[in-house]
Amino acid sequence: MAAHRCGLSLVCILFFSSLAHPSRCDTLEKANDNTATKRSISEVNTDGSVAGEDMNERQWQSTDVEVNRSDGTKNSETFTPAPAKDQFQEELVIRPLHSGDIYASFQFRTLWDTDFLQEGQKKVSHYRLFPKSLGQVLSKFSVQELHISFTQGFWRTMQWGQPFIPSPPGAELWVWFHHTVSDVDGNWKELTNVLSGIFCASLNFIDMTNTVQPSASFKPLGLGNATDHRFLRYATLPREIVCTENLTPWKKLLPCGSKAGLAVLMKSEKLFHSSFHSQAVHIRPICQDEQCTSKAWELRQTLNVVFDHYTSGQGKKEWSLFKMFSRTLTEACPLASSSKVYVDITDNPEGELFELSPATPLLSQAVVLGDRRTYSVYDLTRAETFGQLRSFNLLLRWKGDSGDMLRPLLHAERYVAGFGLQTGEIHTVIYNNHPYRAFPVLLMDSVPWYLQLYIHTLTVTSKSRDNKPSYIHYQPAKDRHRPHLLEMLIQLPPHSMTEVTVQFERALLKWTEYTPDPNHGFYVGSSVISALVPSMVAMSTNFTQDQPLFSSFVPVKEESSYFVRVYTEPLLVNLPTPDFSMPYNVICLTCTVVAVGYGSFYNLLTRTFQVDEPSPPLAKRLANFIRRIRGVPLLA
Amino acid sequence: MRIFAFIHLLVSIPHGYSNYVETKAGQFFSSGHTNNWAVLVCTSRFWFNYRHVANTLSVYRSVKRLGIPDSHIVLMLADDMACNYRNPKPATVFSHKNMELNVYGDDVEVDYRGYEVTVENFLRVLTGRLPPSTPRSKRLLSDDRSNILIYLTGHGGNGFLKFQDSEEISNMELADAFEQMWQKRRYNELLFIIDTCQGASMYERFYSPNLMALASSQVGEDSLSHQPDLAIGVHLMDKYTFYLLEFLEEVHPASQANMNDLFKVCPQSQCVSTPGHRTDLFQRDPGSVLITDFFGSVRKVEITKDTINLTSPVEPPIQRQVEHSFVADISSQKPKQKDWHPPDGFILGLWTLILLVFFQTYGIKHLKHIF
Repeated sequence: MAAHRCGLSLVCILFFSSLAHPSRCDTLEKANDNTATKRSISEVNTDGSVAGEDMNERQWQSTDVEVNRSDGTKNSETFTPAPAKDQFQEELVIRPLHSGDIYASFQFRTLWDTDFLQEGQKKVSHYRLFPKSLGQVLSKFSVQELHISFTQGFWRTMQWGQPFIPSPPGAELWVWFHHTVSDVDGNWKELTNVLSGIFCASLNFIDMTNTVQPSASFKPLGLGNATDHRFLRYATLPREIVCTENLTPWKKLLPCGSKAGLAVLMKSEKLFHSSFHSQAVHIRPICQDEQCTSKAWELRQTLNVVFDHYTSGQGKKEWSLFKMFSRTLTEACPLASSSKVYVDITDNPEGELFELSPATPLLSQAVVLGDRRTYSVYDLTRAETFGQLRSFNLLLRWKGDSGDMLRPLLHAERYVAGFGLQTGEIHTVIYNNHPYRAFPVLLMDSVPWYLQLYIHTLTVTSKSRDNKPSYIHYQPAKDRHRPHLLEMLIQLPPHSMTEVTVQFERALLKWTEYTPDPNHGFYVGSSVISALVPSMVAMSTNFTQDQPLFSSFVPVKEESSYFVRVYTEPLLVNLPTPDFSMPYNVICLTCTVVAVGYGSFYNLLTRTFQVDEPSPPLAKRLANFIRRIRGVPLLA
Repeated sequence: MRIFAFIHLLVSIPHGYSNYVETKAGQFFSSGHTNNWAVLVCTSRFWFNYRHVANTLSVYRSVKRLGIPDSHIVLMLADDMACNYRNPKPATVFSHKNMELNVYGDDVEVDYRGYEVTVENFLRVLTGRLPPSTPRSKRLLSDDRSNILIYLTGHGGNGFLKFQDSEEISNMELADAFEQMWQKRRYNELLFIIDTCQGASMYERFYSPNLMALASSQVGEDSLSHQPDLAIGVHLMDKYTFYLLEFLEEVHPASQANMNDLFKVCPQSQCVSTPGHRTDLFQRDPGSVLITDFFGSVRKVEITKDTINLTSPVEPPIQRQVEHSFVADISSQKPKQKDWHPPDGFILGLWTLILLVFFQTYGIKHLKHIF
């Protein structure tokens, strides 16, 4: 398939080079004829009689222009610049964790120099590395930014640290629409349906009852001076299951598919047998350079997976690519401009903690998540990485016991307190583990309408004292129409625990609104805590194209802090559930009572009694009949 | 004389050959369908119904292997077994014990999953009445030249099939849905396979033409599950679909196996229940219908180096006007009365005994008092 794409891309490049201006009768067959063999061009130029039509002649001329470009002889007015350029990079970061688990993060980035949303220009119709299905979705629904993630498992911040790309359990979708869109809700509804078809997920369950418009939490990660939160939609489906049927279409979006490059490692049997699995697609417009003279569309596909030391590692503190993914790498994706594997060796400066093989001289330092980390780099575009056996298998063998992990600065938990099926209390606990710095965090809570919150019972306490948030945005729920949205900006004192509590009452749903398994419970989506956490190391605000992908996901505005988003656990609450076998039981019982009670009463009232002679038995009747015929006296 | 006969023979051979080619061309154009679709539904939820998901996925696997692409398959699974937290081997669904065959595979696209598998969605998929924003992968975009395979599995009873433990579809609704499909010309021929308890009751009420139906058990019988796997802890497959999968594994795209072989799958000795089938609404003879007409997506290709002059008009596909009675007639029809048989030996003996006792009690000589 890679070779196919290469050949196809070559033909397409030739086709584009010949298509110097958009002509009305621009048939693909004609163009292909033109570009099939370049040598035929010279033949045609000498033999002008070949090109009969005007259109054809003009096309021949334009290829002429393209070929003799350096001369600058012919310059037709409708000459447009060279076609859009796109590039693809892939990388894999492996971070060994202190508990013996291992964290692998794949990132695939496609950068494309085009504009889907610009009016007046002809629609983008030629896709090379950027997947066509997503491109058409972006232009049809005028999407400025799209972030979708599917996660199985919960990220344990206290044991694993901070992830590169955070995501909540289940499915999460947030979209910024372009400011020219008039009906955002209609576009949102159709977009969720289209995405459910693309990713084989039940995203069509996203509707007005679980969509919110956060006012401050989800600012655009790419370009965009959008401050009007009416164009933002956020929804989460905590119950959504992630399995191979979601991974299959996700892999098909990659330029090399799962045939070459790092995507070869993505085997579902190993990926889903893990503690945490998250795959995401992030699309946003970004600046190409420092001054932002040209813009490009960036598509990032990320896959984060944490392999458990006991289930996948068989209890041994030894990891290799083959053990993690049951595959080794044999080549980089031919369409990728860079293909690298990074291994985090910050805790292993002298090699006393674990041993890494094959050895590599390449090292790279990056400041990511407020810390300066050192990485061993393996460049897959170089042939010597693969060695004699043409296969690259990384091996990490632990030698000593690692100490405790550095505590993450920001951490959160959430749980439901209370008893019974009428009321309850949601507690959100946020920990600030910084020894001396206080910083504000933005807490966003989206609670479904069937948990009716009593906002007058909302309390925020830090160090057993009341802590008043400086900004509160609350949108109450409307039954069956809209969920609760609560956003608060809370200042966290240093080295403290802040608790946010709110009481709620559980609603009784209509009997058709229950799921087929209502006794499982109902899910409440994760809270989102976004903060700029003070960094111990100065973050680099320089814009360089050569930054590794994992450190360039979130734009860094100032060097003293870094952006962190923490998701809490989703909640599972039981609503008062009726007994669904009762309608049948009630009908049986009622009908029986009516039949027995009313029926016998009716009979007593309306039945008349008559004395009835018992009829003689059959033998006597037959004998009497025969006697009657004979004329003999009848029996008694 | 002999030379004359020889020349005559020589002349007749190419003529005979072109005749052969023309008859083959005639056959080629008289075939009914041009594309294949499959709608595969598993209607059961919860971990102990693992076998229903495995059933559906085995049929999915066979259908994909024989050529129907994912875009022409609507797969509906009511619950997720592969990535269920109780599955000791995640991302796998096995059909044979000792984990021999993983029917889930690495390349699967489930169109309707979880709570989306409802009676309403199933009927909307069949009749095509979906909301306009439904993506293509969730639609059954068949036309009047499509052969459709419909496979249902789950828990059922006499005249109904249970969807997700909360609702059910009756055989009359299903028959009406197929009639709507016929009226809108949404299928050329339809093969309906059902693997539930009392499955034959679901096809009793069909009244649209070009329908062939198979069921795993008769009315009053239960369909049984095949074998449990001790590591996974549940039964892996149902007996009927297990033997159906074995049969289909032998079929390849060029195979000439026909429907009569399919009817023989899983006799009562293997299945314990009696599989049934219904072909009275089907126009063609089941012996002439290939398995790949429904399970595969085989394009008819005949290569010839001759030019064929189609002088006689090509016979259109058989389209007899089927007179089917009105719905009112059907619903008022009583179930068929059992034919009367003269009493067999036991009843005859019983009556003889009664008469003997009667005569013994009253005595022959006393009879004159009565008569």
